[in-house]
Amino acid sequence: MKVEIEKLTIASARAGLRAREFSATELTEAAIAVMEAARPLNAMITETPERARAMAAESDRRLTRGEAGPLEGIPIAIKDLFCTDGVQTTAGSRILKGFIPPYESTVSANLWRAGAVMLGKANLDEFAMGSSNETSHFGRVENPWRRADGKPLVPGGSSGGSAAAVAAGFCLGATGTDTGGSIRQPASFTGIVGIKPTYGRCSRWGIVAFASSLDQAGPMTRTVRDAAIMLGAMASVDEKDSTSVDRPVPDYEAAMTGDVRGLRIGIPKEYRVDGMPAEIEALWRQGIDWLRSAGAEIVDVSLPHTGYALPAYYIVAPAEASSNLARYDGVRFGLRVPGNSLPDMYAKTRGEGFGAEVRRRILIGTYVLSAGYYDAYYVKAQQVRTLILRDFERAWERVDAILTPTAPSAAFGIGEKSDDPISMYLNDVFTVPVNLAGLPGISVPAGLSREGLPLGLQLIGRAFDEETLFRVGGVLEEAAGFSARPQTWWKG
Amino acid sequence: MSLDKATVARIARLARIEVPEEALAPMARELDTILTFVEQLGQVNTDGVAPMTSVTPMRLRMREDRVSDGGDAARVLSNAPEAQDGFFVVPKVVE
Repeated sequence: MKVEIEKLTIASARAGLRAREFSATELTEAAIAVMEAARPLNAMITETPERARAMAAESDRRLTRGEAGPLEGIPIAIKDLFCTDGVQTTAGSRILKGFIPPYESTVSANLWRAGAVMLGKANLDEFAMGSSNETSHFGRVENPWRRADGKPLVPGGSSGGSAAAVAAGFCLGATGTDTGGSIRQPASFTGIVGIKPTYGRCSRWGIVAFASSLDQAGPMTRTVRDAAIMLGAMASVDEKDSTSVDRPVPDYEAAMTGDVRGLRIGIPKEYRVDGMPAEIEALWRQGIDWLRSAGAEIVDVSLPHTGYALPAYYIVAPAEASSNLARYDGVRFGLRVPGNSLPDMYAKTRGEGFGAEVRRRILIGTYVLSAGYYDAYYVKAQQVRTLILRDFERAWERVDAILTPTAPSAAFGIGEKSDDPISMYLNDVFTVPVNLAGLPGISVPAGLSREGLPLGLQLIGRAFDEETLFRVGGVLEEAAGFSARPQTWWKG
Repeated sequence: MSLDKATVARIARLARIEVPEEALAPMARELDTILTFVEQLGQVNTDGVAPMTSVTPMRLRMREDRVSDGGDAARVLSNAPEAQDGFFVVPKVVE
């Protein structure tokens, strides 16, 4: 039977597979066909159709035996930042081109154990550094959504390939990673759901490291329920990541009761930033009204250090990146550019192997960590981080979750912001504080801009209270009734 | 403050990234823009505030000190640009 994967969700595909309306093999063939037709988006760096077919056949055997896992037979894409055993893993960088990991990341291993089927590796900003997916060595990704003028738009970043893959409809979910907004901002730009879980909820082992105190993996899906199902499969404690948390993974799907009566939702006044488009402000008000109508109590809160989150982030993240990326030296894996001495080989390899944005961040990080500057920059930023966390802790005395816009704009045009790093960094103004404080945040598609582009709202929760985010997110999703889909212009 | 070319050359050397001479001045301007942006933090009073060392309250777990993996040189070397006799090969470092 011909399966229309674009019309399915993880939850509906799960039901269809278990009721034998279609097989995992049929679902995967549909996914591969749509993926191939969507190549103009450049969402994938590596397609793995043969592996997908083999995994789907295994899924069909398990379905027949009644041994189906929670994601049995569900085709997904993996951000090319997760190491996959025997499949090239590039981090979007020339320096890792051709790297074939001899091991599997814990998160992807968890997904395969749950029965998911790998379609391939999704494009991303180089080393996950970017907000537009324009810094990938393997080419930019185009957003499936377009304005009426038809100009190509960015899908957001850094998980831009994952977002485009889900929005284009060829996979039912994709993994992302989020260091400063890299799951939530692209989710908002492409009309899908993305959640960054609490720091420590998912293992970071086998994920190419960017900023270790901020990085966290999470799912990107079409619906809130799908995100709940997929996160349940991704999360685990892991002896190979000492910062992964040893607490049971809740039944996130069961948390979606549809009832938010009596919950207190905080509205932080500091998120009304200068120059925010009126339509973002209007959507935010709409979201407040929806939750109030559903019986939630709306409470004004203050997060006074919000404005200092981005500057603190642009010290902490580059500092950690400069240390993490020291391993790319042309000796053990990846690119080697010959030099006339060992230090010369290192410098040439790194000079040619890293792209402009990565070089810039490593140099910033090296500078702020160098002798004489460490206290003025790095220690200061970590102190500000403590203040940002305290702001949230004070808010949690009065509210159960916080509602904000996800991003200060809809998707912008390719090339529009690539010459101005600061204006690019401002994309993450609403998402970065959540990473600095280690909290969970979810982006839910809530409406369309005047130009017909998707806009998301963000919910922020207490540490390890993803359940409240799924509960409130489900109600928000229901009220918004977001059903718009991009025109499939790429099919020609 | 403003970064000069010599400072950029120094941090590029520390970071082991070759930056061509003609790229130093534009790089200095780019880095300077970012440093000016982050220097807003100077406005925040952080007297007596402890720098964050862990985003969530967690204690690192102890584990038994035992060998759990290894003896697999071929896989370790499988991605090496150059390897020989079970070793990584690098340019000569001792004259």
